[in-house]
Amino acid sequence: MSAAGLAPAGLAQSPPPGTAIARAPRERTSSWPLADRIGYVLCWTVGIGLCLIALAIVLFMFFKGIAYLRPSLFVQSPAPSAVQSQSGGFLDPIEGTLIVAVLGIAIAAPVGIALGTWLAEYGRPRALARSVESAIEIIAGAPSVVLALFGLLIFDKGFLGFLSQSAAGGGVYGRSFFAAGAVMAVLALPLIVASTREALTRLPDHLREASHALGRTRVTTIRRVLLPAIRADLATGMTLGIGRIIGDTAIITILLGTFLDLEPVGHAPLYGTLRGTGSTLTSYIFANSPAGEGSAPQKAYAAAFLLLLVVLALNGIVTWLSGGSDVPRDGRLSRAFRLIPYMPDMSR
Amino acid sequence: MDRHPLTLAPADGPRRRTRRWATAGTDRRAERTLGALAVAVLVFIAAMLATVFSKAWPSFSHNGLSWFGPGGDVDTQLRAMQEVKALPGHSIYYFRAWPLIWGTLLTTVLAVLIALIVSMLAAIFLTEFAPPAIRRTLDPVIRLLAGVPSVIYGLIGILVIAPFINEHLISNARKASVGYVVQLDGANVTTATLILTVMILPIMVAISAGALEAVPRSWREGSLALGVNRWRTIWRVSLHAARPAIVAATILATARALGEAVMLAMVAGGRGFAPNLLDGVTALFEPVRPLAATIFQNSEGLTIAPLAHTIYAIAAVLLVSAAMLSLAGWAAKQRFQRYGVRA
Amino acid sequence: MDPLMPPPVRRIQVDRDPFVAPPRAATNGAVATAVATPPRPTRSPSAHVRERMRIESVWLAYGENWVVRDVSLPVRQGEVLAMIGASGSGKTTLLRSLNRLTEITAGAARAGQITLDGQDIHELEVNDLRRRVTMVFQQPNPFPMSIFDNVAYALAERSGRGRRRRRSPQIERAVSEALHRAGLYDEVSGDLERSALRLSGGQQQRLCIARSLAAEPEVLLLDEPCSALDPISTATIEELIVSLRDSVAIVIVTHNLQQAFRVADHVAFMHLGELVEYGTSEQVFDHPAMERTRDYISGAFG
Repeated sequence: MSAAGLAPAGLAQSPPPGTAIARAPRERTSSWPLADRIGYVLCWTVGIGLCLIALAIVLFMFFKGIAYLRPSLFVQSPAPSAVQSQSGGFLDPIEGTLIVAVLGIAIAAPVGIALGTWLAEYGRPRALARSVESAIEIIAGAPSVVLALFGLLIFDKGFLGFLSQSAAGGGVYGRSFFAAGAVMAVLALPLIVASTREALTRLPDHLREASHALGRTRVTTIRRVLLPAIRADLATGMTLGIGRIIGDTAIITILLGTFLDLEPVGHAPLYGTLRGTGSTLTSYIFANSPAGEGSAPQKAYAAAFLLLLVVLALNGIVTWLSGGSDVPRDGRLSRAFRLIPYMPDMSR
Repeated sequence: MDRHPLTLAPADGPRRRTRRWATAGTDRRAERTLGALAVAVLVFIAAMLATVFSKAWPSFSHNGLSWFGPGGDVDTQLRAMQEVKALPGHSIYYFRAWPLIWGTLLTTVLAVLIALIVSMLAAIFLTEFAPPAIRRTLDPVIRLLAGVPSVIYGLIGILVIAPFINEHLISNARKASVGYVVQLDGANVTTATLILTVMILPIMVAISAGALEAVPRSWREGSLALGVNRWRTIWRVSLHAARPAIVAATILATARALGEAVMLAMVAGGRGFAPNLLDGVTALFEPVRPLAATIFQNSEGLTIAPLAHTIYAIAAVLLVSAAMLSLAGWAAKQRFQRYGVRA
Repeated sequence: MDPLMPPPVRRIQVDRDPFVAPPRAATNGAVATAVATPPRPTRSPSAHVRERMRIESVWLAYGENWVVRDVSLPVRQGEVLAMIGASGSGKTTLLRSLNRLTEITAGAARAGQITLDGQDIHELEVNDLRRRVTMVFQQPNPFPMSIFDNVAYALAERSGRGRRRRRSPQIERAVSEALHRAGLYDEVSGDLERSALRLSGGQQQRLCIARSLAAEPEVLLLDEPCSALDPISTATIEELIVSLRDSVAIVIVTHNLQQAFRVADHVAFMHLGELVEYGTSEQVFDHPAMERTRDYISGAFG
């Protein structure tokens, strides 16, 4: 029996015209018991409510920010004056944010990737691997204020005076960009370790086997085959880490001092700045809010708007890196959405 | 989700056994270097923990277990330490943290409870009832909410929500009723809990929704085919199967709420006051200052010895709570293995 | 049979079992005897056969594709109706439309009428309908709960109280009755609180059948229930199906012609969405009227 014979030409194609064709209706909830109907309504309320809250926050910040954002703010340093709302800008905080983010990632990325690789690819002895995992978990769960206190303990030791300012009597100030950057690195570390580790374990074994079959050593395999394969995940991890770093206020306030201007220590060009103190957008916002010293909410709004834009941009990068956030056809959640648990816990 | 999402083993099975490849010299060196790095990181973290606890010890040793108890005004005690002038009849280390602990408990527990209910409803909405258009919008919206820095939440809280609550929800009569003890204003438990809930919602919604989606279709179909309506199907089957993830989400959210310092420092009220539940509804409008916020607000005094020890003691308490939360999550997950519900 | 046709791969005939090689001529002179093939199971047709559902000129589509074209069939209690056909013939879709399960797929369309005891099923409340017309799926899908909770599931939900009435005597009685009817009681009565996922495949499928029976349905739909099971479990379930036919109308979709042969009273053969032939199982297997049916049964395609 040939394949052609299986589908004869005389097959009816569609119902005769005039027959009623019904599409699948949504299940009517009118027949449900009362409790179920209440639940259904609640679900809808919550869903729409969430949309509205987020919309409200974004629109509010947008309007306030647009109202107070001026180009001059970007190029002036914070300068106190009698009329707070008119003076100064947030150039220094922007620089501070950049410095802290770069420094933090520069330390966290290599260490994190190396650690994640070790956990995923080696992991012997097992006891060591498990303790390292627990340690990372403790850091991930620790509030950032506590991490900042750690940092202070370390950086005000005498021998680390070169990383910040030393006072004449031997006391070390302990607050500088080095200190803040180092603790920020600790903050971002768990995110990078987790991304690396998960990405590597998700890679199929046949990649490794193929490489070994060609006679490559393990190190080469990791360097040339595995790590390039997970480039996107590494980038996502780093982006999430950056997001977390720039959103943190507690560490900045404790480890970077409370002056808003960039104050280098000594005269060496980059080194002096890093030894010195300054501020970031987050501490700038805090300082200008009613909770800080200043009472210039306008500048706080402007800076907050800028920060929000940066967060949106970072979100966009993560979306792009994880393959777009188009909700797939069958309505499943996007890949980027599932990254939220790793999202910057910027609050602590 | 495994014990903590950040250290998860691959979701689709037990940890892949590390096989022994032929180890060349470079491999052994690399393994040893990486291993050394791991040990270094471990030692570093252990040293930090040890130092924090050692710095915290004097405060505990001087106060004993009543460190956790009530006894006087926290702010007065802290100020006394700052001025290095002991309160009459007490040592310089005298500290009773109960108001702070109570404040932390109130805000955290309330926020997590509300967020739990709301996030479950939102997750059900997202996976079951939402039309595709709304689902497409909610996806980036929730991601945005997850990423907003806490200082911005604090800003909105202190400039918008606190005044609103102050003007519209706290009547003058209420203020007068407790006026002899404490001043009521917009910075209070309610504001703090509200904003905290919004902050921890996105994580919980994301994890819960992901878990609901991962429930096998066959269970859902089987339940529908038995004549059980969609709502009950979700509650009895899908949520049941997603319980481990929901527990993990709760643990994660609690840890975040515990560690929240900046936003709470801005809106919870600057006083270390213990809201008195006997005041009834008014208690919701009394100021609090949770533990993490206390550290944040006293961070300038870290050079003065007794104050520093006290602050480190508070930090130690927070660390221990975070560790206990992780442990609780792990223990809860063990229970769920029983009915074959995959985590 | 057309003498020019290629020899059949598979043929349901009594005289020779094609999978057993005929014995070679024995060297010791013993006479080779034909292998006795299992005789067709003789079952007297059930005394009370009455029509429960009627499918009239039904068309079903997913999106733009019409998957079922103008099918009309009766479904009777007291007999087993088997729907056979190659993959893609629309038999599963037709089965799923009987309890409106096609509606959970977006973009499904239908025309024609399906009635249950005279009532159009699309006018009934859908959950009511599904309680009266239940389905057992191809892959056993017990819920991640205990055995008791699985079987009591539909009952607990119907009573609306869920957990609180779980242990009421009515429910316990209904559960043990359902387990008896499904032939599972003896094997699990020891520990009903055990997780249902720990059962073997055949037991899980019988548990799913028990779960469906607990709600006392009027029609039981089975979608290739034994395709994932071993022969012993298959045999047990087939016996179960035959024993149930007096109390419930049964429709079974199967890929396995031998199973249809063993189990069915009436057979409907579908091809590319059309109903090619419908008749008693003697008619369809032994004297198929349509050539396409003959071809399918003899294994010329499938």
